[in-house]
Amino acid sequence: MGERKDSGVEERPKWDNKAQYLLTCIGFAVGIGNVWRFPYLCQIYGGGAFLIPYLIALVFEGLPLLYLELAIGQRLRMGSVGVWNSISPLIGGVGIASLLVSFLVGVFYNTILAWVLWYFFHSFQEPLPWSTCPLSENRTGYDVECTKSTPVNYFWYRETLNITPDIEISGSLEWGMVICLASAWCIVYICFIKGLDSMGKAVYVTSTFPYLVLTIFLIRALTLPGATDGLEYLFTPDWETLKNPRVWLDAATQIFFSLSVAFGGLISFSSYNEERNNCERDAVLVGVINSATSLYASIPVFSILGFKANTALNACKEKNVLAMTNYFEFSDQNITLENYDYWYNYLNRTFPEDFSSVPLETCDLQKLLKQSVSGTGLAFIVFTEAVIAMPGSQVWAVLFFVMLFSLGLSSMFGNIEGVLSPLNDLKVVPKWMPKELLTAIVCLIAFLVALIFTLNSGNYWVEVFNSYVGSVPLLIIALFEIIGVIYIRGMKTFSEDIYFMTGRKPNIFWKACWMVISPLMLLVVFIAYVVVQAQTHPTYPAWNPDYEKFPENEVKPYPNWVFAIIILLCVVPVISIPLVALYQLICGRTRRSSARVELNPYSNDAFEIETRERTTCRS
Amino acid sequence: MLGPLSELLQHFIIRFLVLGGKCWESCPCSCSVCHFLWRKSSVNQYPWTQNEMFLFRATLAFVMRNHTGGEFGVSDIHVCGETARVSFWFVATWPNTTDLVDQGVVESAVRKMRNRINGAFLLTDQTLEFDGVLPTLAAPVPPDTPPWLIVFGVVMGAVSAGIIILLMYPLVHKKWKKNKKTDDGENEEETRVKTTENGADGIYNMSFSDDERFTKM
Repeated sequence: MGERKDSGVEERPKWDNKAQYLLTCIGFAVGIGNVWRFPYLCQIYGGGAFLIPYLIALVFEGLPLLYLELAIGQRLRMGSVGVWNSISPLIGGVGIASLLVSFLVGVFYNTILAWVLWYFFHSFQEPLPWSTCPLSENRTGYDVECTKSTPVNYFWYRETLNITPDIEISGSLEWGMVICLASAWCIVYICFIKGLDSMGKAVYVTSTFPYLVLTIFLIRALTLPGATDGLEYLFTPDWETLKNPRVWLDAATQIFFSLSVAFGGLISFSSYNEERNNCERDAVLVGVINSATSLYASIPVFSILGFKANTALNACKEKNVLAMTNYFEFSDQNITLENYDYWYNYLNRTFPEDFSSVPLETCDLQKLLKQSVSGTGLAFIVFTEAVIAMPGSQVWAVLFFVMLFSLGLSSMFGNIEGVLSPLNDLKVVPKWMPKELLTAIVCLIAFLVALIFTLNSGNYWVEVFNSYVGSVPLLIIALFEIIGVIYIRGMKTFSEDIYFMTGRKPNIFWKACWMVISPLMLLVVFIAYVVVQAQTHPTYPAWNPDYEKFPENEVKPYPNWVFAIIILLCVVPVISIPLVALYQLICGRTRRSSARVELNPYSNDAFEIETRERTTCRS
Repeated sequence: MLGPLSELLQHFIIRFLVLGGKCWESCPCSCSVCHFLWRKSSVNQYPWTQNEMFLFRATLAFVMRNHTGGEFGVSDIHVCGETARVSFWFVATWPNTTDLVDQGVVESAVRKMRNRINGAFLLTDQTLEFDGVLPTLAAPVPPDTPPWLIVFGVVMGAVSAGIIILLMYPLVHKKWKKNKKTDDGENEEETRVKTTENGADGIYNMSFSDDERFTKM
């Protein structure tokens, strides 16, 4: 007695309340990408104009997929493997593919959280360690690599990652990073230790805290000088970009990856719901909140980028002021930032030959604003640099990194759930093993695999995983999910499922999306994505201090063995789909083995409904 | 050659030029080795007067005395080429002669006692520059334990304690309860599986529960 799934409905974990469920789904969907990917896309694709393809993709691709996953999980009340096995044993491989993708994504995603933790630990110093260069060996100057680039870059590439110039040079384990990685996995473990009980409590904090910090940052950022420059730059719509098909592709992929569908985690989460829950409303809510969060996050991010550009512009002008004052031997403070332009033009006009020999830098605000970055570059380079210039740097740094950590942690919950739940469904776990031990084993294995990313070339590997595991396999899985539910289970059966759960059948919009629009969009996005990727031999930006154009990144092509690994990463998760189908065909089991799965002596559907009526009668 | 000078002498820049060779007689010099120092901004605002110049010469004499041991006086420090930017050239001559002190000697003297010179003028390395004499950078004091390890220790300690408590508490609680009442085989002790108490949900059927206790699957 006391086993979990075999005992039927009573033993399946449940949410304490609806808010927990919604917060968990929102936390899973809202991740670090909302903060560091969406604003970047918004900026490079013409600001406000990007919202149009983004919202179209949300309505026609994101929401239907989300609704589908939540509905099927809630109805069939099993994790991803169980759900697909119930629909048809032929597509059971989709669940295994979700399992593998969740595991691989969880492994590298937690490495990013380890980096965030590292920065968090280092934010408790005065001055912040990334604000100054360290001294060189003989103490006569600053470290050469640092002076050529910036202290922030140096801290990220050298002191945090100790990066090698090439992905082939692996270097050794970075011990600081290893212990940060261990901490990150321990924190994930403690949140997941009691399964839903502990995770459900943890999401109250991890899902709501980022919003609090974003609001604080919003208020702070809007009061910084130069914030309006950044916001203007972000939101000025450039309607011409809509003609570029790449914009539509990126909008569709951004929505898709942002909502965290096809990981299997959402299916598991909704399976812990009570059966008659309005999943349509939940899906729309989660999808809309996810997009709204992206928009909301882009405001402080771009205000701070505008502030940073402004600060850099002033620093550039100050240097020029000094150069001019020194050269022309004015008394100090004659030329100031306010009358800079007047003096510049006056001197240029009056003493052109002298003026041209003054070592001046060009100070261009637009050029500074154009230095847009996404991903780790935004968080660990641009933002940390901005934070140095803000008064009270430590507070802002700590807040920022705790926010990133919360965002990432709540997404990790979904990934871990996407691994643990199918393992339970597959019944590969021996009965005697308690769930704490299973979670510990999974975390331990993931930690050991993630040690690859703590090598000196680890950052390059994270990029590989990020670009290839977290993209193509998910699109394939999502495609099979839609086909599986709508065409194999059948639109009619699915409509009745929804009628059973929500009390009304799905309207024409959902049907049209599920049957035609979303699969078509997914197919087009998948093909376009593969075509775009296949057009060029994949390259990666390497940090090479010996490069002649250092501190620019040296763009190197991936060596062949890495290329082979990339292909493996794309193929291995999804190979289970045809393999399982083949296996089932060979074994001759093409019919739904639903009877076997749902058979248990303590629950049958009739009993369930009856007792519910009985309890309602009693209460 | 210079544009309109500002009448505000609140901020100024001191520029020192150490000359090697005899070109100090004609300033500004065209020697190949010249050192300039530009002050970038002023925090301490005091006007530059001849008294300040006197202080400078006295300070330099003090520095030369300390470094070489010769009896330098204020008259042994010669200044020329003063500009409104407050930059000028200076040379030092050995006491009681007109022989120039070697540039290298002056430079090393200045370098050694830089903080005293800075202190005399309430300036810093950034605001008072000796051309060609780079300040030796202060080595940052490395703390005994890196602060980040401390934070890491705190966080990991809390997490580990939490894990141990969460794992141990049900066991301890169960053992404690088991000691209070005797029952046989309700839970297999080896499995450490604890029944989750899901609260008042689920479908609980009174007549069914008695069977549960004795019938094992």
